[in-house]
Amino acid sequence: MDTVTLTMKNLPNLYLEADNISPDVFAGKKAQEIAELHVFEGREQFQLGKYFDVSGSPAAAAADTRIVVKGDTTRVKYIGMKMSAGEIMVEGNADMYTGAWMQGGKILVKGNVDAFTGIGMKGGDITIEGDAGNYLGAAYRGDWRGMQGGTIRVKGNAGSDTGYFMNGGEIIIEGDVDVHVATHAEGGRIIIKGNGKSKIGGQMVQGEIIVFGTIDVMMPGFKYIEDVEMEVDGTTANFALYHGDLGERHPKKKGQIMYGKLYQMI
Amino acid sequence: MKMSEYLIKNGFVFDPVLGIKGDKADVAVKDGKIVDASDLSSKAKKIDAAGKTVMAAGVDIHAHVAGPKVNVGRNYRPEDKLFKATPKSGIKRMEGGFSVPTTFRTGYNYARMGYGFVMEAAMPPLYARHVHEEIRDTPIIDEGALPVFGNNWFVLEYLKNGEVENTAAYIAWLLRMTRGFGIKNVNPGGTEAWGWGLNCPTVNDPVPYFDITPAQIIRGLIEANEFLGLPHCMHVHGNSLGEPGNYTVTLDTLKQAEGLSPKGSFGRDQVLHHTHLQFHSYGGDSYASKSFESKSKEIMDYVNSVDNITFDMGCVTLDETTTMTADGPFEHHLTELNHLKWANVDVELETAAGVVPYIYSPKTFIAGAQWAIGLELALFAKDMTKVFVTTDHPNAGPFIRYPRVIKWLMSRKARDDVLDNVLKYGDKVRERCFIGEIDRELSLYEIAMMTRAGPAKALGLAHMFGSLKPGLDGDVVVYPFNPETDDDPEKIEQAFSNCSFLLKSGQLVIDNGEIISSGAKRTLWVDAKVDENPQVMRDVEQKFLKYYSVNLGNYEVTGHHFVPNPYVLEVDATQ
Repeated sequence: MDTVTLTMKNLPNLYLEADNISPDVFAGKKAQEIAELHVFEGREQFQLGKYFDVSGSPAAAAADTRIVVKGDTTRVKYIGMKMSAGEIMVEGNADMYTGAWMQGGKILVKGNVDAFTGIGMKGGDITIEGDAGNYLGAAYRGDWRGMQGGTIRVKGNAGSDTGYFMNGGEIIIEGDVDVHVATHAEGGRIIIKGNGKSKIGGQMVQGEIIVFGTIDVMMPGFKYIEDVEMEVDGTTANFALYHGDLGERHPKKKGQIMYGKLYQMI
Repeated sequence: MKMSEYLIKNGFVFDPVLGIKGDKADVAVKDGKIVDASDLSSKAKKIDAAGKTVMAAGVDIHAHVAGPKVNVGRNYRPEDKLFKATPKSGIKRMEGGFSVPTTFRTGYNYARMGYGFVMEAAMPPLYARHVHEEIRDTPIIDEGALPVFGNNWFVLEYLKNGEVENTAAYIAWLLRMTRGFGIKNVNPGGTEAWGWGLNCPTVNDPVPYFDITPAQIIRGLIEANEFLGLPHCMHVHGNSLGEPGNYTVTLDTLKQAEGLSPKGSFGRDQVLHHTHLQFHSYGGDSYASKSFESKSKEIMDYVNSVDNITFDMGCVTLDETTTMTADGPFEHHLTELNHLKWANVDVELETAAGVVPYIYSPKTFIAGAQWAIGLELALFAKDMTKVFVTTDHPNAGPFIRYPRVIKWLMSRKARDDVLDNVLKYGDKVRERCFIGEIDRELSLYEIAMMTRAGPAKALGLAHMFGSLKPGLDGDVVVYPFNPETDDDPEKIEQAFSNCSFLLKSGQLVIDNGEIISSGAKRTLWVDAKVDENPQVMRDVEQKFLKYYSVNLGNYEVTGHHFVPNPYVLEVDATQ
């Protein structure tokens, strides 16, 4: 794998929209060409090289390209947007839309990310070592096609509206989540190893939510079914299974009505 | 207006009104009008159209491009704009949106396709001001708007009592209040029934409370239209749109025109225009059953046998789009079907509307069959001046697909490509529809009938649009398509999507494919004069006092702000 290193040298005054930081865009380019790629700061267009030192060189293909982003990138949005292959490692924090509409490859953020991480994601892996903001693995505003595939793992906590309109893939949150989890979901799986608050699975049609800790307020549309023993992300335990959201329509498969499933560790 | 002169030289000209079928000819424009080349001075700017196709600018008889429901589509579908914005450049403003584009993109894209006039197909009278504000903000193209009447309490009450003259007086008043163009009739009676949670699935189902049938509403509105002698005819979206088996309802709807003939001085032949006929030509008993099939042949056997009906296709384009209609119950039905977001509005005494996104997925049999049925209607037609290209924008697909529809109409190869390579159930579509058996390929001359001469005549605007006859408006388009040498169907779509030159009202708007002017767009409306009618005026005042949420003084579309550049068609229906 060939590595390109971007090191923040001039902090933007506003936020940077840097959707060009992606192995798909970098592949086959020289360091100088990468430095000339555009970014937006506010409504003005500038070159990536105004903010970052670019060193190293990418491979010919995205799959063999690794991007390391160093320095204070708390104000950089859209890192790895729509990437299909290769790797990105962000040593610090990233702003909104990290790995948005991602199709493949890997993103590792050692710090925190803000909202809309992995929205509309179709494939690939995102790991956040810190906390994630709101709308993790959710759908774009107005869209009903949220996360479709791939995996997101957050080692810290996540904000509200995780997995909004989720249709597939897996989100693992090792810490706690804020309100609204898997709202309108029609598939996929969300594992919360910490605690949940309220509005978990509201208007959920299908999919799974697994909560290891507490739920402050259970949605009234969920009904207890039975206790089950399961192995979840390396932990084997007993869980109470609930079906919901009973206020929503639920499709039938082979004569069986399909519900959203909410498991809470006993 | 800039008084300039243009000579469009050596193009292949197609003009059904003049009977020109691709002959090399020059077209002259002076002071906003088409003129004889001998009337030009030596200062005329020459446009080289050699090797290219020249036509009068296109006329769209039915599209939803302005007003509250269009704006609901924009507001509640941010995903329709995602990654589709174009920054401003040159004289052009920023453009955005796909199935429900911004007003600016709407004007620019119609111009790029070589269109000069577009009819907004459903104006809720109470929100006419909003409709006109959006029309005003849509550059280049001239537009008009059809207020909806088929579920209006005044109309239902007058027609129940057989009062055609009162209906006509009310219509004339409302056209003036709303700066409207003609009579739109959406799901006659059914949208009002929706207020009771009901519908009128056939033309014989009485409307709750009003106790009048859709058949009476359709026939009554035709009679009122002809009493006034309006430029356009009664423009109907029949009952049971989109329902499998609805073709019998459609035939019943069309038969309401029997024995009626056009009045007035605008030169149209028809008394009934049925819009988006594709949605109304289905056999079978449900979408889920194996019985869904095309009834385009039955419908066209009837349409071909009469001379007082026109229709537009409403062709499905196999895109993700946004449906929006004053057919409230239909939109509820649709959201129950696809479970996507639903917006619904009741417009007091007048109408209603619903909006639901829809994906005509080529992976489904139904979307494939719908695509086929729309094309079949045109391909079975005998008189191409009675059938018009539309996609019921944005309901069956966005209007930017007209060039693709034209490609499908002109090329069997392009249709077979969809059946063989795009549709998942192409074989089943061949089985249940007629599309696979049809060899017919339309000519550019016939396309000019369907997109220019025909709709202009049907709208009563043949004295302005649809031909290159001297005296008509200087609306001329040059497409980069050589009818003698270009034989790749894809070239048809490319050329009709991006014209080389467009003159609108004699002004050069597109020069070498670039939009260089926002034109001088006009709003066309119809001012029909009728005898004083104290009864109707008393009814209007009483209903406003009793029921409306606004008072009469806040109802009329007045002032320069709403209609800055009006073009009024005057009709005298006094006795």
